[in-house]
Amino acid sequence: MPDTQALVNDFLNKLKKRKIEGSQATAKQTAELLRSVISQTRVPYTNQAAALIQSVKAVGEGLIAANPVELAVGNVVRRVLHIIREEDLSLTTAAMAGLNLSAVSDDEDDVDGDNQPVLSAAAIAAASRSTLRPPSLQTLLEDVPDSAAVPHTSSSGGDSEGKSKSADKSSRSRKLKHDVIEAVNELIQDINTCHEQIAEQAVEHIHQNEVILTLGSSRTVLEFLCAAKEKKRSFRVFVAEGAPRYQGHLLAKELVTRGLQTTLITDSAIFAMISRVNMVIVGAHAVMANGGVIAPVGLNMVALAAQKHAVPFVVLAGSHKLCPLYPHHPEVLLNELRSPSELLDFGEFSDCLDFGSGIGAPLLHVVNPTFDYVPPKLVSLFITDTGGHNPSYIAEIYQLFVMSLRGEDMKFKSEIMKTNCIAGGNLVKS
Amino acid sequence: MDPRRSARTVSDPKVRQVGFFTPAAPPERSCSDPPHQQDLIQPQSPSSTQVNDHSRSGNSLSPVMIPPPPHHHSDTLLRTALQVSSPKTALSYSAKTVTIPTENDDVPSSLSPSRKVVAVKSPSSYPGVRAISVPASELTTVSVVNLPPGISEKVGGGASVEVQNDRPVSSKSLKEKTSKAERRAMQEAQRAAKAAAKAEGTKASSTATKVATSANTKPSKAAKPSSQKNDGSQFAASEKKVGDRAPEKDRKKDAPHPRMQYDDTSRVEKAKKRAVVKQTEVRNRVELFRHLPQYEHGTQLPDLETKFFELDPMHPAVYKVGLQYLSGDIRGGNARCIAMFLAFKEAIKDYSTPPEKTLIRDLTARISSYVSFLIECRPLSVSMGNAIKFLKNQIAKLPLALSESEAKATLMSDIDRFINEKIIVAEKVIVKHAVTKIRDGDVLLTYGASSAVEMILLHAHELGKQFRVVVVDSRPKLEGQLLLLYSRVGTACVAMVAHAFRVPVLVCCEAYKFHERVQLDSICFNELGNPDAISKVHGREDINYLDGLVNRENLQLLNLVYDATPSDYVSMIITDYGMIPPTSVPVIVREYRREHLWS
Repeated sequence: MPDTQALVNDFLNKLKKRKIEGSQATAKQTAELLRSVISQTRVPYTNQAAALIQSVKAVGEGLIAANPVELAVGNVVRRVLHIIREEDLSLTTAAMAGLNLSAVSDDEDDVDGDNQPVLSAAAIAAASRSTLRPPSLQTLLEDVPDSAAVPHTSSSGGDSEGKSKSADKSSRSRKLKHDVIEAVNELIQDINTCHEQIAEQAVEHIHQNEVILTLGSSRTVLEFLCAAKEKKRSFRVFVAEGAPRYQGHLLAKELVTRGLQTTLITDSAIFAMISRVNMVIVGAHAVMANGGVIAPVGLNMVALAAQKHAVPFVVLAGSHKLCPLYPHHPEVLLNELRSPSELLDFGEFSDCLDFGSGIGAPLLHVVNPTFDYVPPKLVSLFITDTGGHNPSYIAEIYQLFVMSLRGEDMKFKSEIMKTNCIAGGNLVKS
Repeated sequence: MDPRRSARTVSDPKVRQVGFFTPAAPPERSCSDPPHQQDLIQPQSPSSTQVNDHSRSGNSLSPVMIPPPPHHHSDTLLRTALQVSSPKTALSYSAKTVTIPTENDDVPSSLSPSRKVVAVKSPSSYPGVRAISVPASELTTVSVVNLPPGISEKVGGGASVEVQNDRPVSSKSLKEKTSKAERRAMQEAQRAAKAAAKAEGTKASSTATKVATSANTKPSKAAKPSSQKNDGSQFAASEKKVGDRAPEKDRKKDAPHPRMQYDDTSRVEKAKKRAVVKQTEVRNRVELFRHLPQYEHGTQLPDLETKFFELDPMHPAVYKVGLQYLSGDIRGGNARCIAMFLAFKEAIKDYSTPPEKTLIRDLTARISSYVSFLIECRPLSVSMGNAIKFLKNQIAKLPLALSESEAKATLMSDIDRFINEKIIVAEKVIVKHAVTKIRDGDVLLTYGASSAVEMILLHAHELGKQFRVVVVDSRPKLEGQLLLLYSRVGTACVAMVAHAFRVPVLVCCEAYKFHERVQLDSICFNELGNPDAISKVHGREDINYLDGLVNRENLQLLNLVYDATPSDYVSMIITDYGMIPPTSVPVIVREYRREHLWS
C-alpha cells in the first residue's frame, strides 16, 4: 500500500503542475496507476467489488481534483469503475448460473440489503426482459450486443449470496481482482492503440488531391494523415500554426519529414484559405456528452469558417476522450489560462502589468486560454477508434451510457461536476 | 440611366465575369464611352479634348493606377505624434486594457462572457469590395475605376462590363511598349473616334477593347485606336440599348489595365528585364498563389542602393520611399499613401519641363514611372491607387495657359489638400462619429493596430467614457503590441466570430480607400508577405522546429497580408461621409468619384 501511495502522490503532483501533456498520456498513466491501486488493494472476503470501488474512487477523486480540466482522468476512472462492476457482475452471474438460482429475484434483494442505490425501474424492466448486459460505452459505440451476461445489478457480494456461497468466496475474490486487472490492461491497450485504429479509417475519408486543413498539433491527426499517405494517397495539408503555442510548427515538421506536401499558415489566414480547403481534420482535448468539443484554442474560429464555406469539420478523438458530462459555459468553466509570457515580453510590458497604478489592479490584463469550445452544430463528423459518428449520435450514446451508469457512478459524476465548477470559479476569479 | 439598366448591371456581370482571371480566359474589357466623357469635359471648353487625351494617355501609361491590394487597412501612423504614442502610453490612457494577443481564436471565449461588445475593427478598404460584391455577388471582377456617376449602369446595359484583371505590374511591360509616338497615335485615334461619335449622334462609339482582354495588355493599346473606330459602330449596332446612351461611354481610358498574373511566364520575363528591384526566384511557392508577386526580401536593399545612381529619372525622395516600402519601414495604407504623396510633392517641386514637351504630358509620364517603381517595391494599396488617380487627374485638369511654376504650385497645394482632407480630416470625422457609439461599460475589441481605432479609443477616454478594450493580436507581425494595432489578414476571422456571437462589427475606413473591385475570396487577389516570418517566432527562440527544414521541397510557408471579409459580417462602416451600412458603399464610391475625379 505505501508504495501505491507514493505513486499516487507522484502522479498527483505531475497533474497539478501540468507536467503531463496530452490527454492520451494522461489517460494511459491514470489507467496504469489505477491498475496498481487495484492490485495493491486488499480484498475482504465479502463485498470485494465494493472494496475495490472504494479504493479506486478515493484515488480517482484526488486525481480529478488535481487537474479538473483534464477530463481524460475522470473518463478513465469511470471506465475502471465500470469495469469492476462488469467483472463482478459476470462472476456473480456465472456463480449463480452454477447454483441454478433465480437471478432476478435475488438481485433485487441484494440491492436493498446492500443499501445500494436501486437501479432505475426502466433498467430493471429492460434487464428482466432481455438478456442483454446493461450498455457500456464500448458496447454502445461498437453496437455489439453482449449476450453472454445476464442482467444484474451493481452489487454482488450480497449477504444472502454470501451466506449461501461462502465456500466459493476466496476463489471468487481472487478471480475478481484478476479479471479486473485483465480488463484494465485491455483498457490500457485500447488507449495505446487508439491512434492506429483511428488511422486505419483514414483512407476512407481522404481522397486523392484532397486539401486538408488542421490547426495545432495532435498525434492522432498526425497518424491519421500519415496513414493515408502510406496508402499512396497524395494530398496537401495546410497547417495553421496554432499560436501562441505554435504546435503547428511541430506538426508541420513531422509531416514534412514523412514526405507530405505541407503548407504552414498563420491562424489569421485561416479564413482566407478555407475556401480552398476540402476538409478540416483536427484533434480534440475532450468530447462532451452533447457532442461539443473541448479543443485547442483557435478551433472555434476554424469551425465557424468551415461552416461558412460548407467545409466538413472532422474531429478525431480516441474513446478515452469521450466524456459523459454536459458542458456548461465551457469556454470559462472548462478552460485553463496559460502564462502571459507566451504573448508578451515581461520586461517590455512590466510597467503596464504592475499593481502600482493606484486602482489596485493592473491596467493591462493578458488572457491566454488553452481551450476553445466547439459546439456540436459546427462538427460534421467524429472519428473515434470505434468508427465514425455524427455529433447527435455521440449525444445519444451518452444519454444511454449515463442512464446505465450505476448510482454510485452517478454520484461520482455530480462530484466531478462540482469540482469542475469550483475550478471554473477560481479560473474566473484569477 | 433608367431603372432597367441598373437592374441589368447587376445581372450582367454575373454572367460574363464568372471565373477568375486566368490569363487564358479573356475578360471582357469594355470600351470607352467617349461621349460621356465629352459631357463631363465640355465645361472646360477649349482644352477639353486635349485634357481628355492627356488623362487617357496618362492612364494608359500606368495601368498601375488600379490599386491592387483588396483591402487595406488603416495604418499605424499618420501623424507622427500619434505614432509616437508608445504602447505604454496608449495603454495608460485607456481605462482598462485587456490584451488577448493570442490569436483571433480566443475571441470566442472572450467575447461570449460579455455580450455587449462592440468590436471596433480597423479600417480596411475592401468595404467597397464587399459592397459591390453584393450586387454582382459571385465574381471576381474589377470594374472601371473612373466611372462617372451612373455610368456603371450603362456599362451593364452596354453588355460590356469592364473586367479588369488586376495586374498591377503589367505596367512595366506596358509602359515600355508605349512609346510616345504610339501614344500620340492613340490619342489621335481617340479624338477621331470622339468626332465620329459626335457625328453619329447618340450612337455609341464604344471602343471595344475586348481585344485587350486577353493576357496581353500591350495589344490592347495598339488595338485601341483601330478598334475604337471600327468596333465602335459594330458595337453600337449590336447593342441597341447602348446606342442611346453612347454619350457617356468613354470610360475606356480610365479602365485600369489587367493586373499582371505572375504565373504567366512570358510576361513575367519581360517585366523582369525592366525591373529595378531584382525579383528573386522564390523557392517553394504555394501553388495556389503563383499568380501573385512573390515576396521580395529586404535584403535587396544594398543591391538597390548601389543602383541609385544608375536610375537617373528617379527622384531621390521617391527612391527613398520605395526603399522604405521594401524594407517595411513604412506600412499601412495611410502612412504609405502620405509618404508617397510627400515624395511626389518633392519630385514636382524639383521638376522642370524638358524642352519640346508639355508639362501635363511629361509630368504624368514621370509620375507613372515613379509609381511603377513603387509597385516593384511593394504592390500598391487601394488607397495609394486612388490617390494616384487623383493626382493624375489634377495634372490632366491643369489649364494649358498656366505657367510651369503656377502649375507646380497648384499641384503641390492639391497634394496637401488631399492629404489634409481625405486623410487627416477624414480621420477626425470618423473619430467623432465613432465615439458616439461607445457607451460607458462597453467592452470593445479591436484587431491589429489601426491609427483610426487608436484615435477613437483615446478620444473616447478623454471624454471620460468608461470602457474596456480587448486587443486581439496575431502573428506574424504582432502589431497589436504596439498599440498595444492595421487590420490585416485575420480581420475576417474576428468579424466572423463576432458575428457568430451576435456582436456588432464596426469598420472604420476613410472614403478614399473605397474601391469598386469585387472580390469573392482572398486568393485571387492578395499580397504575399515574408515566408520566413512564419517559421520564426519573434521572441520565442524555443520555437525552432522548422530550422533546417525550410528548404525542403514539400514544405511551403504562406504569409498572406490581406483577407476579404464578407459584408454580412459587418454591421456598419464609419467613414468621413458618416456611418453607413456596407450596402451603401457603392454609393459612396460613386459620389467620391464624381466629387474628386470628375469635378
